[in-house]
Amino acid sequence: MTDLKVRAKQLIILSGKGGTGKTSLGAAFAHLSNQPEYGLKTVFVDADVDAANLSLVLLPETGEPKAFWGGSLAEIDPVKCTGCGACIPVCRYDAIFPDSQNSLVNWVDPVACDGCAACVYACPKGAITMVPQQEGNWYHSMTPYGALFHAELFPGRENSGKLVTLVKQQARLHAEDTLAPLVIIDGPPGIGCPVISACAGADLGLVVTEPSLAGLHDMKRVLGTLQHFRVPAVICINKADIFPEGASQIKEYALSEGFEIIGQVPFDESIPQAMLQGLPVMAFNPDSIASRAIKFIWEGTLAQLFGIREH
Amino acid sequence: MKIAIASGKGGTGKTTIAASLARSLISFGDVWYVDCDVEAPNGHLFLNPDLKQQTRAVVRIPQIEKEKCTACGKCVEVCQFHALAKVGKTILVFPQLCHGCGSCTWNCPENAIVEVPNPIGLLERGRTDDGIEFARGVLTISEPMPTPIIRQLKKIIDPCEKATVIFDSPPGASCSVVESLRGADFALLVTEPTPFGLHDLKQILGIVDDMHIPAGVVVNRVGIGNEEVDAYLADKNIPVLLRVPFSKELATGIAAGKNLIEILPEYQQQLQNVFQKITSLVHGERS
Repeated sequence: MTDLKVRAKQLIILSGKGGTGKTSLGAAFAHLSNQPEYGLKTVFVDADVDAANLSLVLLPETGEPKAFWGGSLAEIDPVKCTGCGACIPVCRYDAIFPDSQNSLVNWVDPVACDGCAACVYACPKGAITMVPQQEGNWYHSMTPYGALFHAELFPGRENSGKLVTLVKQQARLHAEDTLAPLVIIDGPPGIGCPVISACAGADLGLVVTEPSLAGLHDMKRVLGTLQHFRVPAVICINKADIFPEGASQIKEYALSEGFEIIGQVPFDESIPQAMLQGLPVMAFNPDSIASRAIKFIWEGTLAQLFGIREH
Repeated sequence: MKIAIASGKGGTGKTTIAASLARSLISFGDVWYVDCDVEAPNGHLFLNPDLKQQTRAVVRIPQIEKEKCTACGKCVEVCQFHALAKVGKTILVFPQLCHGCGSCTWNCPENAIVEVPNPIGLLERGRTDDGIEFARGVLTISEPMPTPIIRQLKKIIDPCEKATVIFDSPPGASCSVVESLRGADFALLVTEPTPFGLHDLKQILGIVDDMHIPAGVVVNRVGIGNEEVDAYLADKNIPVLLRVPFSKELATGIAAGKNLIEILPEYQQQLQNVFQKITSLVHGERS
């Protein structure tokens, strides 16, 4: 028998549409989790690996970069290549071209190459090899609020979700080792691979939306994704007063589909101002309208995750 | 002229700028708006096209012909994406991992693999009332891969040489953004003057630089942040082609699905000026 450790709860913050305030909310939660009234040891994950911003407001002492090796890309050895062209018709990514300097040799465009290796098997001269690619770095850093696991995908690389899975896995193990009961994951926008990887194993999805047609449209898609992967979801409306009609539409949708609106945050300049200072909004101005609204959402989220707590 | 609109950070106003730019150019000739943000496509909310044509976006996945298959395992060996597995005498296919590269088909010594279309989304085409040619891809919920849809979307459009084509890219700075930028003559990068905006702008500038695509910037929501984006762009000699101030009037109008010109008609001229600047930058680049 292995010893049974209590598994940390995982909260994933998503939105569908970008720029609705996922990271600002996640950072505010980081500050709240450290307040004496909650004292909830929490591990943080920035799962938006190609536009990672949580560290800009949690200001960690950044850990050593650790290399992330993703897939491989094809490379043609110009000495062995005879330019026969057998590789060209098998490439479905239009990634192989005659070299502009030497028409007897072919060349792989690394931007277009998908790493499928079809060309490797098609080459009669054994001139093509698959070369593993370092696609980014990941970090175990220390913030004033707790450990942060984050990563940096190199620009333009494949975001297959593997790097997201890796940082999440590291965070989960760290939470187990340090007996932290909560992992908060700041998720990526959209609904594709990195979002699916970020939702895997989550206990609750907090969907941050804004009252716009685009916010509503994309919220429906991300709620559908969470439902598909059987992750319970609640909704938070940010900048709620900017378009009241939009906010009503979100509420109607939530009511008809059975999702709880866990809170609303009005438009408040203290949020961008806090970001400029590199601070969570709660630390910048705990009495701002946004801070008070977020505290209410935080308490509602804890109630969802852990059940109503007795004091 | 093909112009890709990208941003790094999400929610900076890519679609607002892309749709407004398309609207501003209709008097100049054929205009295409192509929504490459297939995970969260929003262009239709601003342009209200009549989406008449719909086709499925597919990945061609292997289907094993059992009577021919000897379970030699060659297909499993050549697949780089672990989309095939051998269990006893059976080859299993995992459609969501398959990239549709065809390597297993070509390498099967028994010719036991045929490819069947596995739908992962939709490709839609139509027109707007004012004559903008509209196309978009929509990734099916729970499907992981946006990139094949973007690739297929670009193949179904057939603009004439003189048309202006606007690719509205997804946020971020990964493979799907690269696919959206492929073939573009110019990248118009929309950012906001905040630390998040600047951080993610640097990521997208890294991509356009690697792809040798000339770029210019729209700074949106001027007034909510600081001067660091401007200082950075001045230092790197990257032109700022438009500044849009933050106002509640704009925020509310955009939330309701209005483009900039519908909210403030002076943006018609301003966006035409942006297009002229792009044209001269692209031709300058070529000469």
